[in-house]
Amino acid sequence: MTRYRVSVEIKPREGILDPQGKAVADALRTLGFADVKDVHVGRYVVVDADSPTESRARESVGAMCKKLLANPVVEDFHITRVEAL
Amino acid sequence: MKFGIVRFPGSNCDTDAYHAVVDTLGEEAVYLWHKQHDLQDVDVVILPGGFAYGDYLRAGAIARFSPIMNEVIAHAKRGAPVLAICNGFQVACEAGLLPGALMRNSGLQFICEPIRMRVETTDTIFTANYTAGQIIRVPIAHGEGRYEADEATLDQLESQGRVVLRYVGVNPNGSARDIAGVVNEAGNVLGLMPHPERVVDSALGSTDGLAIFSSLLARVPA
Repeated sequence: MTRYRVSVEIKPREGILDPQGKAVADALRTLGFADVKDVHVGRYVVVDADSPTESRARESVGAMCKKLLANPVVEDFHITRVEAL
Repeated sequence: MKFGIVRFPGSNCDTDAYHAVVDTLGEEAVYLWHKQHDLQDVDVVILPGGFAYGDYLRAGAIARFSPIMNEVIAHAKRGAPVLAICNGFQVACEAGLLPGALMRNSGLQFICEPIRMRVETTDTIFTANYTAGQIIRVPIAHGEGRYEADEATLDQLESQGRVVLRYVGVNPNGSARDIAGVVNEAGNVLGLMPHPERVVDSALGSTDGLAIFSSLLARVPA
C-alpha cells in the first residue's frame, strides 16, 4: 500500500448559471481587469488515500466524487493531480 | 395520523413542523434523530428546514447519508408520503428522491421574506385542500434555492403535472421555470423551498401553509 494524495477540482457544469463566478467576474472588471471574460468558482478537494496502485487511487477518488464530493446533476469534476506521499 | 420529523444536526425548523402538526392540527408527531434506524411506524415523514451538517460540501450532501435516510428512502419507495421543506428539499434531491438540484440563489443573497406562489395542481396528497390556481403567501428563508434540472427533466415535470408550486410575480432565487415545489413521479414526495409550517397560525399573520398539512390528513389513510 502506498499513500496517495489525490486532488480534485469540482466546478459548476458549463451552461449552468454560476452567480458566484459572475459576481467575481464583475468585481474583477470593476477593479480594472478589462481582460476578464468569465470566472467560475468551484471547490478543490484533496484526499489522502492508501491504495495498491496509482490508478486504483484515482479510480477510488472518482467513485467518491460520483457518490458524494460532486453532484452529478449540476457539477463536473476532474482529478488534477495524483502524487505518492 | 402519525408524523415523523427528522432531526439532523443543524435542523432548525423541526419544532415549527411539530407545532403545525401537533398544536395546530391536533395530530401525533415524533422526532426522529438522524442516527436512528427506526421510523416508529409513522405515516408521514417530514424532512424539515435548517442547515443539516452546516451545509458542508453542498446543502444536503452529507445529511443524505445519515442512517435514518435509508429508512426514509424505503418509506418513500413504498409510496408513503415525505414532505421535504427547504433544507429537506435539498436533502431529498441529493438522496435521489426528487430530480434536480438546488443551487446558489441567482442574486447570491440569502433571502428571508414572504413570497407569493401559485398552487398549480390540487391533484396531489399535499395540495388537495387548496383550490387550483390559488395564490398563497408563504415565507422563504434560503441562500440555495435555485431549482435546476436539465431541460428534458423540466419538460417531463411540466408534462406530468409535477410542478406543484410556482413563484408568481417575483422569482426570488432564479429557479428554472419559477419552480417552488415539485413532486416525484409517484406523487408521494413533495419538495418545496418555501416554509408552509411557518404560516399555520392566524396569530402569526397567515394560515396559507396549513392546507399542505391538512391535505395529508384528508388524503392519506392513517
